[in-house]
Formats: sequence, structure tokens, C-alpha cells
Amino acid sequence: MGSDTINITLKVWRQKNAADKGRFETIAVNDVDSHMSFLEMLDTANEKLILAGKDPIAFDNDCREGICGTCGCVVDGIPHGPNKAMTLCQLHMRKFADGDVIAVEPWRARAFKVLKDLMVDRGPLDKIIQAGGYVSVNTGSAPDANAIPIPMEVAEKAMDAAACIGCGACVATCPNASAMLFVSAKVSQLALLPQGKPEAAQRALSMVATMDALGFGNCTNHKACEAVCPKEVSIVNIARLNREFIKAGVTSEAEVDLPLALVPAAEKSAKPRAASPEAPKPAKPVAQSTSGGMVLTGSIYILTFLFVLGFIWQSLASFL
Amino acid sequence: MVWPLPLIPQPNCMERMRTMAWLTQTLGSSIGKKVLMAVSGLSFIGFLAGHLAGNLTIYGGADAFNGYAEQLHALGPFLAVAEFGLLGLFAIHVLVGLVLFWQNFQARPVRYAVNKSPGGKTIGSATMPYTGVLILLFIIFHLSNFSRFFVDQSATTIYQIVSNAFANPVYVGLYVLAMLVVALHVSHGFWSLFQTLGLNHSKYMPAITVLGVVLSVVFALGFGFLPVYIAFMA
Ligand code: SF4
Ligand code: FES
Repeated sequence: MGSDTINITLKVWRQKNAADKGRFETIAVNDVDSHMSFLEMLDTANEKLILAGKDPIAFDNDCREGICGTCGCVVDGIPHGPNKAMTLCQLHMRKFADGDVIAVEPWRARAFKVLKDLMVDRGPLDKIIQAGGYVSVNTGSAPDANAIPIPMEVAEKAMDAAACIGCGACVATCPNASAMLFVSAKVSQLALLPQGKPEAAQRALSMVATMDALGFGNCTNHKACEAVCPKEVSIVNIARLNREFIKAGVTSEAEVDLPLALVPAAEKSAKPRAASPEAPKPAKPVAQSTSGGMVLTGSIYILTFLFVLGFIWQSLASFL
Repeated sequence: MVWPLPLIPQPNCMERMRTMAWLTQTLGSSIGKKVLMAVSGLSFIGFLAGHLAGNLTIYGGADAFNGYAEQLHALGPFLAVAEFGLLGLFAIHVLVGLVLFWQNFQARPVRYAVNKSPGGKTIGSATMPYTGVLILLFIIFHLSNFSRFFVDQSATTIYQIVSNAFANPVYVGLYVLAMLVVALHVSHGFWSLFQTLGLNHSKYMPAITVLGVVLSVVFALGFGFLPVYIAFMA
């Protein structure tokens, strides 16, 4: 298998830190082996930048085998690049042709602050998990395996949801920057299984409230998330989340429990996300989306009131 | 005028409001807003189906159509209930839609330099807020043309009013265009509302998706041909 080399031009986002405005930089990368992965190509570009005494391009990565969810940027307008069901680290340069100009941008969402170049803070996803993406278990000896029989199809569905690696590509591609696919995967993997049922209502309410409070957008069923998800998490999970949430909101007595560590993302220092197991800071009220909800429901009350009034008037008028 | 008693604020009013927090929290959340859109949207689809069925009497001639209008008006208070019900649902749909549009616009302060659809998105889904606003404008226009609240219907029959309007080709064009916009809105709205209500099931979703497309075509053709037909009859 002979290897080709191609010459490409990167139009890559450079931003010194979270406060910097940022801009695109054009970098020519020559003699790229087409068997390289996209990240290896970035490494090559970085080596040259370092040799020239310049700042290398910062990007997140860890496993480089498509399982950890650390990598990811938007390549030519599509998160994780043009390949279906693939993380950026699994994308190879043979997808590109000699002379291609490739635009590389970080995930863009209000909830994801750009820390440096292509690195964003995906801490908000962790905060959503803190709000309820777990099951409470007693410490002590491990329970018997298979003590609770679970049908094969249910286990499969739960596994499909659990395939989510938390990369954030769904948020990045969503026209509304909504995290619904991520949250739906995390709610589904537990709601489907008997171990997750006891806390299901509390989990759905708290995780959705946290998602809203962190400044993610509202899902409007575009389905773009499902198309870019490297793990092909399906929007069937979003329907399940909707069901779980409506059920919890209407029939359960569970209450929203926002995580203690719900601190506005802007206050976090510009550190890579893997290296910051910081202690939870005291809670700060996250007003913005709750006040939006108040305005909304307030106006609905007022409208309903006007509507009832108008109705009484109207029916009187039509009788007299 | 004496206010009905329950509407006077009671001392423990705030306490009662607080116990309703579950409702405001549920409806005010991102999923709650979606549910409001879905439920009101479903009612409009039902309304459109009924409206279309009634309008088909136009093909039966002036008497059939005028008779249909008379029957409707004979409903009296029930018609009022339906009208105000629709108005209320409409207010919710428009209001929540605008809130969603604004919040979602704010959710990505820095836009991408390169935009490419990875799939999933459709013209219908991408244009929902815009087709929505166009439909709002159209409905105001439509009511101002034909509604008994804006047009005196004591001297002329509704058939006369309608055929006078569609004698003007500009009106015909506007109405046909508006119906295409409605079809686009419904093409995303119909399957989307089932997804929102959690009714996405591998057995039924394919049928629901097809039904959504069929419905939008039926609305586009069914309503869209009426002005053309009347224009040729007149
Ligand atoms: S749902 Fe898919 S795209 Fe979204 S975070 Fe999980 S793996 Fe990434
Ligand atoms: S680096 Fe782990 S998924 Fe890409």
C-alpha cells in the first residue's frame, strides 16, 4: 500500500485565551501522509510551528482511538469532520485531496467557552451529570451479577444510549446549541434499567433544569445531532427523555435538585478539562433561564386570564 | 362592574402560586416549551383539517358554501368557545415560538465561519420561525379579508365576499403562496410534535413521518386550489 502525500492549507481558529477575541490563521501544511489521522496532521503542523518559534495549535485529545470523547473540532462546518459515526481522531487525511483548504473551528455554543484555539470547556456537560446522571448504591460487597434479570432488548437499548462518550458534537452541530442528545443518552441509559428506576423522576427533572440553567439552547427536533454523533446515539432517546420529563413533572413529587457545583462556566480558569478535578464551589443562583420561565409562564397566565374574560364577554354578547 | 369573586387576590394567593411551581417549572423548561408548541400545533392541524373540509363546500356552489357558513354561525356560543380557544392556543404558539427563537439565537453567540449540514435538518425544520411569522401575517390578512369581526356580512353573502376578493389575481397569488408556506411549516411540525410528546416508536414513526408529508401536500393542494377555482368561476 503506497502512501500519497498531499499539500493542504489549514484555516484554523487561533485564540490566546478565553478573553481573547480570536481570529482565523492560514497555515500551509505540506507533505502530509494520507495515512495520517487528522490529529497527527495537526501534530505535524505543530512541530513546524514550534521549530519556527511560534505557538502550536492547542487541541484536546487523549485516547486517539475513538473511545474517550476528548477530541473534536468542527472541520469544514461539520463536527468531527465529514465521516459518519467517527470521532475526529479516527478521521484520516485520505479523506482530503491535494490542495484542499480545510477550515478548523472549535465547538461553538454559549455554554462551551473557548479556552484556547480549538479547546473548549465542556465542564457544563459534567455539571449536568452531577445533577443526576448516576445511581445511588450502598457501599459494601458487590451485588450478585444477574440478580435482576434484564431482557436482552432492554439491555441493548441501554447500551446504545451508554455509547455516548460525552464529546459534545451534538451541541456543536445543533442549530440551537442544545445538549438534548447528550442528556437524553445519559437519562436513557439509566431510565431503561431497573437500577435506574428509583431515581428516574428526580434525575430527569434535575438534569433538564441544569441543562437549561447552563445556557444550552432548546431542542426543536432538527435531528442534526443524530447525524454527527460519532456513536450514532439516536433521537429516539430524546423522545424517551421527553416522556420521562413529562411523566416526572406531572405525576411525581420529585423536585429539581440543582448540583452544588453549578457555577457559571465563565469563572473557571483556562485549564484543560481533564486536568481540573476541582472542589465544588458554593452554589450561585443561576437566574437567567428561570426568569425566562417566569416571564413565559407569567405571560401565559395573563393571556389565559384575558382569554377567559374575553370569552365570558363574547358568550354574553352572543346570547343577548 | 363587579369582579367575579375568585379573581380577587386572596391573602394566601402567593402561597397558592408557590405550590403551582411544579407547573411553571415543567412548562417553562426547554421540554415544557416544546410540549406547549406541540399541543397547540396539533390543535391547529385538527383545525386546518376541519377548515379544509368546510371549505370544500365551495365546490358545491354558492348555496352550499353560504349554507355551511350559516350553520357555523348558528352554533352561537359554541362557535365563540372554539374561536377563543383557537385564539388562546394561537397566542401560546406564537409567544412560546418567539421565546424559543430568541433563546436559541442567543445560545450560540459566536457563529461558525463555515456552515454545512451534516444531514438531519430539512428546509422545513430550518425555516420554522420564519414560516411561522409569515403564517402569523397571513392569518391577520386572512381574517381582515373574510372574518365576520372585520367584514360586514349582513348585506353580502360570504360567497360574494370570497369571489370578489379572488377576482383580484394578487389575492390569488398571495393565498397560494401562503398555503405553500403552511405546508412547509406542517412538514416539520407534524412528526416533530409526536417526537416532542415522546411518541417516537419504531413501529409508528415511519407512518407518522409519511402522514406529515401527506398532510402538508393535502393542505397545500386542498387550500391552494380553492382561490384558483373561485377566480376561474368568477
Ligand atoms: S450524544 Fe453523541 S455527539 Fe452527543 S456527546 Fe454523546 S457521543 Fe458526543
Ligand atoms: S481522542 Fe479519544 S475519542 Fe478522539
